[in-house]
Amino acid sequence: MKHTLAILVENRSGVLTRVAGLFSRRGFNIESLAVGVTDNPDISRMTIVVSGDDHVLEQVIKQLNKLIDVIRVSDFEPGETIERELAFFKVKVDKGNRSEVMQIVDVFRAQIVDVGVKSLIVGVTGTNDKIDAIEKLLRGFGILEVVRTGTVAMNRGAKTVKPGK
Amino acid sequence: MGKKTRMTGARALIESLYAEKVEVMFGYPGGVLLPIYDELYDADIDHILVRHEQAAAHAADGYARATGKVGVCLATSGPGATNLVTGIANAYMDSVPIVAITGQVPRPLIGNDAFQEANITGITLPITKHNYLVTDVIDLPWIIKEAFHIASTGRQGPVLVDIPKDVTTDEIDFEYPDKVHLNGYKPVKTGHKQQIKRGAEAIIKARRPVIYVGGGIISSNASKELLEFAEIINAPVTTTLMAKGAFPDIHPLCVGMPGMHGTKYANFAIQESDLLIAIGVRFDDRVTGKVDSFAPNARIIHIDVDPAEISKNVRVDIPIVGNARSILKVLVEFISELKKSKSGTTEWIRKVEKWKQLYPLKYLMDESLKPQYIVEQINELYPDSIIVTEVGQNQMWAAQYFKYSQPRTFISSGGLGTMGFGFPAAMGAKKGRPDKVVFDIAGDGSFQMNSQELATVVKNDIPVIVAILNNGFLGMVRQWQDLFFDKRYSFTSIDNSVDFVKLAEAYGALGLRVTKPEEVGPALKEAVDSLRPTVIDFVVEREENVSPMVPAGAAINEILDLEA
Repeated sequence: MKHTLAILVENRSGVLTRVAGLFSRRGFNIESLAVGVTDNPDISRMTIVVSGDDHVLEQVIKQLNKLIDVIRVSDFEPGETIERELAFFKVKVDKGNRSEVMQIVDVFRAQIVDVGVKSLIVGVTGTNDKIDAIEKLLRGFGILEVVRTGTVAMNRGAKTVKPGK
Repeated sequence: MGKKTRMTGARALIESLYAEKVEVMFGYPGGVLLPIYDELYDADIDHILVRHEQAAAHAADGYARATGKVGVCLATSGPGATNLVTGIANAYMDSVPIVAITGQVPRPLIGNDAFQEANITGITLPITKHNYLVTDVIDLPWIIKEAFHIASTGRQGPVLVDIPKDVTTDEIDFEYPDKVHLNGYKPVKTGHKQQIKRGAEAIIKARRPVIYVGGGIISSNASKELLEFAEIINAPVTTTLMAKGAFPDIHPLCVGMPGMHGTKYANFAIQESDLLIAIGVRFDDRVTGKVDSFAPNARIIHIDVDPAEISKNVRVDIPIVGNARSILKVLVEFISELKKSKSGTTEWIRKVEKWKQLYPLKYLMDESLKPQYIVEQINELYPDSIIVTEVGQNQMWAAQYFKYSQPRTFISSGGLGTMGFGFPAAMGAKKGRPDKVVFDIAGDGSFQMNSQELATVVKNDIPVIVAILNNGFLGMVRQWQDLFFDKRYSFTSIDNSVDFVKLAEAYGALGLRVTKPEEVGPALKEAVDSLRPTVIDFVVEREENVSPMVPAGAAINEILDLEA
């Protein structure tokens, strides 16, 4: 099953290797990973999306909790989170189809973030599914390059993932 | 401490070690360690110079297991550091508190493939509880403080601190912190009251309980509490290899070791029990055999300090996370409150007692020299010894035929199964417990993996006794070839060969050879009385097998009898 984890870690070098090592040792492929600093500059937050055997993942979470640099691990309940990722698509365009691309951009509430003579960069935020959908449509024009961030996620409502005491 | 003093990083390291009350360390110098070794020259720390860094790590491990203190080892960058790796992995698998300090190339050279550079924090990532690369001398005191704290608390384990050479020559105003601030490390101490109560209720109801204990009893110093607990609930106690000495072998409730080379009665008791009370154990495959058939009729209570051990290998009904000693105390209180009659397990104990009589550990004694007999003789003559073992048949016979009564008197590489561990670990144990007679019960294969440490024990006058059960084979592998590979002894015969008496003498140790049973006692006495490091070459029956045996992957009541 697919899981989205939020991991609060000490903002130090080497932490990512320690975290990633626990997944790879048990044969988990990390589907997406996003890291950034939190409101406390000493603490970073990782959002990791993985899928695999639930029992094994439970072990990985326990092992993550054992890492000294890991402050907290949260396995989000499906459906109770807001999840987004950001993607840039560099699309091949010409005079003839430029407006067609821009229509798609409008429908997806994406943005044109760069305009060139022969290309456009489309920036889009959304769920993983939404980004897959726009990618599918843009492919028809010829995608020159893609970059996607990992998913970031947060609980709906007042519930938070905080370091605790 | 209060007043800050200006000093180099090397000096600050020594001051930090003083603050951690380090009395003994095992190490080997090298280029990047020169500033540290210059400070060690007149430091008030008993530094033992080994002959191979692997031995420094094992010696620190043996010292830690024998004393309960943190063991410390020191090695230079590159090959020095990589030579520690086996010892660190060994301490990690057996949850032994050691701090390994390594030198590193100067900061500007890190990552440039400098001379004697190895990424030791990267290499030891999966085999340390935590590790550090010190990138600024200002960080050194708190890193050392954290390293000792992490190594010695919660589920204990090795911590490595890698110190670049230029950090050891930079200066700081030294002040040793008195507290650690670790957001992500808060080991659970006391168990959850409600869970303990659930455990107590299950225990009262049980008719065929078995207490299955491991190294956690020893690391939490819970032997006394275990004894009280076992007697109050009147249940048989099975001690894993790591728990030898945690509960007296001669106690009527003791059923010995479980698992592959455990006693039949321990395995039968587990298989028939209705409640397995597992304390400080990790359901290792050498204990459980085929997991699906392990303790099929039992509910399981699991007491462990490490939450990640709960339901890792075997599904647990009542987990209690925390320090075994503190949980056992509360458990005993609850049970004393709840319990009315003491007779609930009498019938069960009688049944276990009967198995004990029917299926004792045994071997065939004839006029030849049997390895089991040697272990029994050591037990007979020096029952208060610390027994350290190598890995293989020697280890199993040392576990089966010596009667342990005190914790920290049996020291063995359990999880990693490291041949070559025993001799340097014995050296570490003897440094920590000079009042004890220390034996390394060895095989001729294992001993040759670290025999160079004869130079260390002679030079530093550390009188350990190496009892080589010399069968000219890598015996345990040969036993498997005998049983499962049609006696095709592929590369397990090592009978070429070494004159261990001469080898001992070449290093300045006492060397003795024993070929007959009647010579065993006198040789042991001569070794102990000599007060010298001694190697006794016991030339034993070549193809003796360790018995009983549960083949790998079988259920633990599918037992082979192998006594010749």
